[in-house]
Amino acid sequence: MNLGPHADFIIAAYAVTLFVVAALIAWVLLDYSAQLRILGDLEERGVTRRSRRKG
Amino acid sequence: MAVIDLANPTRFLRIVDRVLPWLIAVTIALFAVGLYRAMNAPDDYQQGATVKIMFLHVPAAWLGMFGWALMSVAALGTLVWRHPLADVSGKAAAPIGAAFTFICLVTGSLWGRPTWGTYWVWDARLTSMLVLLLLYLGVLALYWTAEEPGRGARAAAILALVGAVNLPIIKFSVDWWNTLHQPASVFRIGGSTIDPSLLTPLLIMALAFTSLFITLHLAVMRNEILRRRVRSMRLMQAQEVHA
Repeated sequence: MNLGPHADFIIAAYAVTLFVVAALIAWVLLDYSAQLRILGDLEERGVTRRSRRKG
Repeated sequence: MAVIDLANPTRFLRIVDRVLPWLIAVTIALFAVGLYRAMNAPDDYQQGATVKIMFLHVPAAWLGMFGWALMSVAALGTLVWRHPLADVSGKAAAPIGAAFTFICLVTGSLWGRPTWGTYWVWDARLTSMLVLLLLYLGVLALYWTAEEPGRGARAAAILALVGAVNLPIIKFSVDWWNTLHQPASVFRIGGSTIDPSLLTPLLIMALAFTSLFITLHLAVMRNEILRRRVRSMRLMQAQEVHA
C-alpha cells in the first residue's frame, strides 16, 4: 500500500483517531471498575440501597 | 418487552450486560472489514491517497451531530417526560459526541492541508463544527460543575435543545454560504457523487463507528447509573450518621 507524498497526514489522522478512541474506551473501563469497587466497599460496610431494604 | 420497561434502571442494566458483548463483537467485525476495505480502496483521481482520511473524517462528523441530536431527544425526555434514564442518556452522549467532533475537526484539518493548502479556514462548515465542539464542552462543564446534579441536568438539557439549532446550520452551511468545504456528496438528492469503490468502505466504516458509538453510549450509561447508586448510598450513609 503506497500512501503517496502525503503519508504523514494520513498516518497522523489515523493515529489521532486511534488515540482518542482508545482513551475513551480506557476511561469507560476504568470508570466501570471504579464504580463497582466503590459499590462493593459500601455494601461491605453494610450500606444498602433503599430498594433493597426489607420492611 | 415494552420500551417503558427500560425506564427501570435495574432492568436496563441487565439488558445492557446481555447486549454489550454482542455489540463489542459486531463493532470489532465491522472495523476489521471496514479498515481492510478502506486500506485497499483506490486513490482518488484528484486527492490521491489522502482520500483515506475521509473514512475517519466523515463518520466522525456524522456521529458528532448524531450525538447532539441524541442529547436533544434526551433533553426532551428530561424536561418534558421526566424519564428516569433520559438524563443518564444525555449525560452519557456528551463526552462521546465531543470526542467524535474533535476527531472530525482534527482529521479534517489534516485532510485540508494537502488538499486545500491550509489546516484551517473560517468558513461556515468548519466554524459551525467548531461551535458544536464548544457547545459539547459547555454541556460537559454544566454536568461536571453543578453542585446539585438535578440542576446541572436541567441546565444541560436546555443547552442541548438550544444548541440543536446548530445541526441544520452545519448540514446546510455548504449550501447556504460559499465555503471551501465541498458540498454534500453522500446523502443528496440525485444520489451519491462518490464512486462505489470509495462509497462502500465509507459506509462500512460509518456503520463501524456508529456501532462503536452505541456500545460506548450504553457502557457510559451503565457507569452513570452505578455512579448515581453510589451517590444515593453515600447520602443515606451520611443521613444515618447524622440521625
